Amino acid sequence: MKDVTVVGAGPIGLAIAWRCAARGMAVEVVDDGLRGAWHASAGMLGPVAEAYFGEAQLTALLVESAKRWPAFAAELGAEEIGYRAEGTLVVALTGDDLAEAERLRVYQTGLGLPITPLRPTELRDREPLLSPRVRGGAHAPDDHQVNPRRLVPALRTAATAAGASLVREAGPARVKVVAAGTGSAALTGLPVRPVKGQILRLRAPGHQPPGFSRVIRGYADGRHIYLVPRLDGEVVVGATVEERADAHVTAGGVVELLRAAADLVPEIYEYELAEAIAGHRPGTPDNAPLIGPLGDGVIVATGHHRHGIVLTPLTADLVADLVETGEPDPMLGPFAPGRFA
Amino acid sequence: MLKIGGVELRSRLILGTGGASNLDILERAVKESGSELVTVSLRRVDAAATMNGGLLDMLDRCGVRVLPNTAGCYTAREAVKVAHLAREAFETPWVKLEVIGDERTLLPDGVELLRAAEELVADGFQVLPYTTDDPILARRLADAGCAGVMPAGSPIGSGLGVANPHHIQLIRQSVDLPVILDAGIGTASDAALAMELGCDAVMVASAITRAADPVSMAAAIRHAIEAGRLASRAGRIPRRFHALASTPDEGRPHL
Repeated sequence: MKDVTVVGAGPIGLAIAWRCAARGMAVEVVDDGLRGAWHASAGMLGPVAEAYFGEAQLTALLVESAKRWPAFAAELGAEEIGYRAEGTLVVALTGDDLAEAERLRVYQTGLGLPITPLRPTELRDREPLLSPRVRGGAHAPDDHQVNPRRLVPALRTAATAAGASLVREAGPARVKVVAAGTGSAALTGLPVRPVKGQILRLRAPGHQPPGFSRVIRGYADGRHIYLVPRLDGEVVVGATVEERADAHVTAGGVVELLRAAADLVPEIYEYELAEAIAGHRPGTPDNAPLIGPLGDGVIVATGHHRHGIVLTPLTADLVADLVETGEPDPMLGPFAPGRFA
Repeated sequence: MLKIGGVELRSRLILGTGGASNLDILERAVKESGSELVTVSLRRVDAAATMNGGLLDMLDRCGVRVLPNTAGCYTAREAVKVAHLAREAFETPWVKLEVIGDERTLLPDGVELLRAAEELVADGFQVLPYTTDDPILARRLADAGCAGVMPAGSPIGSGLGVANPHHIQLIRQSVDLPVILDAGIGTASDAALAMELGCDAVMVASAITRAADPVSMAAAIRHAIEAGRLASRAGRIPRRFHALASTPDEGRPHL
């Protein structure tokens, strides 16, 4: 009998397994072989630019987890997993867009988060490939990025090296941890719904690094998008947010994303359109995760919605503590799985 | 009481869910608003929304009636097709008919709108068209058999309020149907003005869903609609160029 069975082999499940195994527990991870939300995800670690009205508790959790990212990345090999700390630029195309971005920046500044306004020339000094049309924006130096498609294999290696085993079917265990993303609803009855996102992967000519190095969060004619540049030449452009369960890529989704992206960074017209896919974020009613005990011998760590990658280190640490001590950390109070019952 | 398609509604606030990013906050806003009718885009939601924790599941829990809309349609043909799909999916003959003219203004295309309305009325729908503030077009839609008309105060999501109050009054006088001010509401006073102009109800989405505090804004707009409705029936004083003392001289003691 194992100490812990983790159901779900995405970043959350694997990181929990790794942390538990590293503490000497006997751990198995149930992997159904399906790719979860992480496969579509851009891997932005952006607690500051993500902070939104009415979600201050969630923002505090994101900030705490983001603090743990540099050390977490170093353990896995920062370069190996595509961890980049150049920061994020918020970029607004029109006057309307700037008003919207500024409204949020003022809120974020009010929370004490590090984000400073930038004039158009200041934006373009930092990233000369930005369109000369941009009206203004901001700099969020602590909002970083990682490549989820490199992160997951690295976590798998780390977990197995620490002694965790990957299995198809769950065996008997003292504690079961459900970290199954959108699949968690069927396993637990908790309100986790699929929130569809369409996302594109472009590639710079010659597989050279793109001509910009910071994550760009853009407001372009009312559309909200982001561009995430990777050193291998990939640029991730995302994402739609749709209350839909299908996985179709639509012409409209691609048009909207590309139009906004090209308005902000015209150079991408020359890039290869390498991939267009749709994934499903595990959404909860209040956009915050469900982490904590759920009855006898069951712990859940799911519903991370848009924030799974940034929340991976903290979720893993706190769930490993919970498995060990049986007591949830006070930080998890607002994220108790039973809060919607 | 507001009566649409033979159904009586106590609340004169109709909600849209577009722009909401947090379903838990939206649920509290819906409850606070007192609204009994919430419009949902067929194109933007599917089975995921019916799941535990989904949008339609939440609206069901709030006990509100769902008004499907045809958001995102640019031609009469598309809108008619989407309306039929909505009738199947939501099991209601009600439809908020939207046929958009361009994506920059999101204003209605009156020609396509009237075509779609005629066809849907013939197919047995209760049609509530999102229209411009043109009184003649509103009358044509009424003549086509619509269940009400929903003139735009100003472009969707602009928060510019009622741009042409005179036209809204003209619409009020030219059709004998419920007039529901749709689009452009930015804050509570805009909704109060719409009601003072004689509208029967106000439709609000962004002003609530994108407010920093949607629950408080829902309460504010509910009160504003009640206030505007009372004011419209209370008989406001005429506007004057010069002052008129509220305390007259007559009867004052001569000291």
